[in-house]
Amino acid sequence: MADPRNVDIKDQPGFRTIAIICVAVLYVPILILMIFSFNTGSLVTHWEGVGLTWYGTALLNEEFHNAAENTLIISVSATIVSTICATLAAIGMTRVKPWRGLPAAFMVINLPLMVPEIITAVATLSFFALIAGVFGLNFGIGNLILAHTVFCIPFAYMPIRARLEDMDLTLESAAADLYATPWHTFRRITLPLLIPGIMSGAALAFIVSFDDFTITQLVAGPGQTTLPLYIWNQIRRPMTPEINAISTILLLVSILFVSVSFLIARRRAK
Amino acid sequence: MPDKPDRNAIEVVNVSKIFGSGEGQVAALDTVSVSIRENEFFTLLGPSGCGKTTLLRLIAGFDFPSAGEILLYGQDIAPLPPFKRPVNTVFQSYALFPHMTVADNIGFGLEMLGKPKAEITARVAQMLKLVKMEALSARRTSQISGGQQQRVALARALAPQPKVLLLDEPLSALDYKLRKEMQIELKRLQHETGITFIFVTHDQEEALTMSDRIAVMSAGKILQVGSPRDIYDRPAERFVADFIGETNFLKGTVVSKKSGVATVKLASGATVAAGFPENFDPSGAVTVVVRPEHADLTADVSKGTVVGTLANVVYFGTDTHYHVKLDGGDNFIVRYQNSRSGAVTFEQGAKVGIVFEDDGARILKD
Repeated sequence: MADPRNVDIKDQPGFRTIAIICVAVLYVPILILMIFSFNTGSLVTHWEGVGLTWYGTALLNEEFHNAAENTLIISVSATIVSTICATLAAIGMTRVKPWRGLPAAFMVINLPLMVPEIITAVATLSFFALIAGVFGLNFGIGNLILAHTVFCIPFAYMPIRARLEDMDLTLESAAADLYATPWHTFRRITLPLLIPGIMSGAALAFIVSFDDFTITQLVAGPGQTTLPLYIWNQIRRPMTPEINAISTILLLVSILFVSVSFLIARRRAK
Repeated sequence: MPDKPDRNAIEVVNVSKIFGSGEGQVAALDTVSVSIRENEFFTLLGPSGCGKTTLLRLIAGFDFPSAGEILLYGQDIAPLPPFKRPVNTVFQSYALFPHMTVADNIGFGLEMLGKPKAEITARVAQMLKLVKMEALSARRTSQISGGQQQRVALARALAPQPKVLLLDEPLSALDYKLRKEMQIELKRLQHETGITFIFVTHDQEEALTMSDRIAVMSAGKILQVGSPRDIYDRPAERFVADFIGETNFLKGTVVSKKSGVATVKLASGATVAAGFPENFDPSGAVTVVVRPEHADLTADVSKGTVVGTLANVVYFGTDTHYHVKLDGGDNFIVRYQNSRSGAVTFEQGAKVGIVFEDDGARILKD
């Protein structure tokens, strides 16, 4: 630490303290939430003993099942559709001759990241209300899938585009040189090399859709409760550790999903 | 030696390539014409930015000419996309497909051509043998060394039996020893496969050792096409002489000329006889070029074609360079190959004469 040649940021005064505070602020609340999910008592704030009681209750809860089912239907559909759109958009914007509208197109795709979510939510709600009123159209859960797809696209787009930009274009030239038509070049060279980007794009889209609250809250119709909405509804009543158990399950699903996609991406990138 | 010297594999006819538009436009190639014979090892040689890679890319189909025709055995291929041209490329970066094995890389072209599986397998095995990579066929391309990647890239480009193989500075990423080895290897492959090779390089030594013929390029034009010996011994222009090998330049004025030999009066007052190319009529102020190994040193100053003081002796292992400061002010280098007896010895600072004949001295267009 006293070595003057060492300019490693880890050795700077205060680094350790700041790091510990940051980690604590980030993770202590989550840790407490998880610990209380193992509470056998019926109060969130009062510890009575260790047990899996509330996990049992949660897993047998019909409403929880419905919410989980809705969430999965919406997230998986939105992930698939938005990842396909994002992939096409990324290819369309990196494998073309630069044209005048390119920066504008890039803006349009990424705008949803910058628009406050509540604005998008209100806009989406009014839009669906309008088409329901004027044309009598209501897609049911399709409304939610559509809404989620739209805001997932920029999240899926970013890693896919990054991967495409990193890719050596000579590889595609080499394929064309070896008699591969543009379609074969895409199928055999570009797409396989793009898979890690698509995977992380899809993972991001899934997570973003999975825990979306604001837009879902406004757009969801009756019987379209998703897990975040379900949790929100529960905490307006007297809270039991069942909520902690459900939250912990959600958290584990998210971590599992992100880890798996991260591992796949890393293995493919080698 | 080409089997059918009269048959042209590639004919480039008045090809230009302009990049950019308006004020910022650059002619990477300026009405270039050249014919490349069947079964020939042909090299495009020039400094970076001379247009050699652009010409290669036009032949491969990665770019399209702004004007002119590119004929492959008489058929204009200039408008065809790369996947419809029976030519293959070895890329500078090799561009091996990282998600495929060595064997899959080599078989890719044949697979795209829709060849039957058995044929592909047999041909891949043959190619692996040709480049001595049998043992590594199941490896990923990221798991083999640079030299091995180079061999795989060659095998991959040769596997579909292209009519012409294009090589874009393929040896530049290798270290010196490996590069020497691959130069010989490439010659062998060209000989064994009988395929026309078009090789792009900025390395004059590589060009001289490997090529049947060389085209020297500069600023989007081809300056001279000829055998390595032609190019080296009878450069057509000053740029060619300067770019290939070491050359001494002597400034002077033409006093008389007859049947291909002119007499030039140098700044020092000495007169030298020098040959000149057929299509060139030297007059007035000219430059005479002499290769360092085409001149001899003599202690007898009265016998010297030009005279000077030995300023420096530089030992290179295989040969020794004698740097002479001429009385007229120019510098002149004489090269001797070192022999075991080490017979040539001159003292630094001594007055020396330099002797060369009119077939070793040439007047060139600037």
